[in-house]
Amino acid sequence: MRTVSVSFAYMPLVDAAPVIIAEEMGFAATEGISLDLIPAPSWSSVRDMLAFGRVDAAHMLSPVPVAMAMGLGGVTTPVSAVSVLSVNGNVLGVGKELETRLRAIGFEFDFSDPTKVADALASVSSGKVVFGVPFPFSMHVELLHYWCERTAIGGDGIEIRTVPPPLMADALAAGDVDAFCVGEPWGSVAVDQGAGALLLPGNAIWQFAPEKVLAVRSDWAETEPDLLGRLMRAVWQAGRWLGKPENRGTAGEILSRRAFLDVSAELVDRALTGHLAVSSQGEVRKVENFLCFHSGGASFPWRSQAKWIANRLNKAHLPGEGISLEAAAQVFRSDLYRAHLRSTAAALPGASEKLEGTIRHPTAVASTKRGLSLLPDAFFDGAIFDPSEIA
Amino acid sequence: MVTHLTVVVVEEDRDRAIAIVDALKESADCEVFVVGNFSGLARKIAAHAPDIVLIDVDNPTRDMMEELTLASGPLERPVAMFVSSAAGDLAQTAVEAGVSAYVVDGLSPARIKPVIDTAIARFRMLRQMRTELAETRRALEERKVIDRAKGLLMNAKGIDEDAAYALLRKTAMDQGRRVADVAEALVTATALLG
Repeated sequence: MRTVSVSFAYMPLVDAAPVIIAEEMGFAATEGISLDLIPAPSWSSVRDMLAFGRVDAAHMLSPVPVAMAMGLGGVTTPVSAVSVLSVNGNVLGVGKELETRLRAIGFEFDFSDPTKVADALASVSSGKVVFGVPFPFSMHVELLHYWCERTAIGGDGIEIRTVPPPLMADALAAGDVDAFCVGEPWGSVAVDQGAGALLLPGNAIWQFAPEKVLAVRSDWAETEPDLLGRLMRAVWQAGRWLGKPENRGTAGEILSRRAFLDVSAELVDRALTGHLAVSSQGEVRKVENFLCFHSGGASFPWRSQAKWIANRLNKAHLPGEGISLEAAAQVFRSDLYRAHLRSTAAALPGASEKLEGTIRHPTAVASTKRGLSLLPDAFFDGAIFDPSEIA
Repeated sequence: MVTHLTVVVVEEDRDRAIAIVDALKESADCEVFVVGNFSGLARKIAAHAPDIVLIDVDNPTRDMMEELTLASGPLERPVAMFVSSAAGDLAQTAVEAGVSAYVVDGLSPARIKPVIDTAIARFRMLRQMRTELAETRRALEERKVIDRAKGLLMNAKGIDEDAAYALLRKTAMDQGRRVADVAEALVTATALLG
């Protein structure tokens, strides 16, 4: 079989693992493709490279394709999220100054209870807490707003600014931001640099938040169905491989290489194992499902996830005139996922939509192959998102 | 009356910034501001109310400018990247050349084009200079490593400099590797053993 090259833009993050592993562990080669992996300097650059045809596929923040469909952010080329690359994996943290104030009131950095953390943060901060995030359209922003609106901090209690994670430590030191929400390895880098301490894992706010997606131009998906299928299967196999605990050591070693993340393997391991050092005092916390690539049907692009994102973006940016949730749902391509992964061992759920926030314990659901058990997807406030209730 | 275009160039390096400003002023009717400090970038840019913002694609602070595309109401959204479809080809060329340009919605392509064309040409030139500089630096680094490896071989085997270099070259050829890589491996191994 002739090997076809597929160009792929990604940000050097731990959650780019399925793409890097697909190439490095030979899953791409098995499908007769080779991935030309292009690290990008910024999320806007990833988006532009994909939109303007510089690359065929990209590792993308899950809200970006939805925002593009809504006409937000300038570039509006139709882009499809054909699978979810990773679920969860973000951390919220504070800079040195807030950390010191929190320690002064006896706050224990237990890294688990969003309500308690919000109470403590609200009690020590004067005025708005300024959070740095990597990009305006990101799960980071959505989780932060969701959390603040429902706690003592309040929707008006924070201000969000975009700061590229490599510059976050400088921004904290300069007082441009007080706190941050970033993906790994950047939270752990901040801790190791003594720039601050971690408050919460993202999944303490929403237990099953789609974080990054595998994105392609919608017209490319139409014209290159065979290539797309090979790409999706290679990435799915890589996600399954990553889901096995015994492979974490190898995965950490590969990701840490200079060509990819260029940080120590130990730093990468923290995110892969969910054992995070939350402060420079060495407190380590264990988080279940900190970052998921495979378990619980993690890679399935649920239409209801796209609707949740669209509903949030509508409220924030286009009140009264936003995209219909039905149109937004079409961005997450569960149809292509089913079509192209049918030949694999992937268990395909019977439905393409679910009520977000109802699952409290791992739950077996109807699927094409046996053994699909969904992971808890609750919101910290117990709310349930029912897309049919939104006009 | 057609007014000046206001262009903001985001560039940390003073010499590069000056080169871009000079080129823009020669070729297009525009007023150019340079933002060289990334702290609070979005607010600084917004203060100039520019028609066009130019920034190197490789600059990670680009993401900070995305905030500019968001404002409270749709009519207040001042900046969008190549929103006008007429600028589509121009956008593609710019992205491939390494320029990101944020253009205010509604500017006619005829007015944007000279600015973007100049920016593309200038960014290409600067990029080439930067690549050359990086290569020169690397070549110097490699020279140092090779010199050290030669010294190690001369000491260990009692051979002269030419023979040491010949040995490095032969090993590299036999193994299908670069001389610099063989030299680095030798230096590293010696440091470990020593």
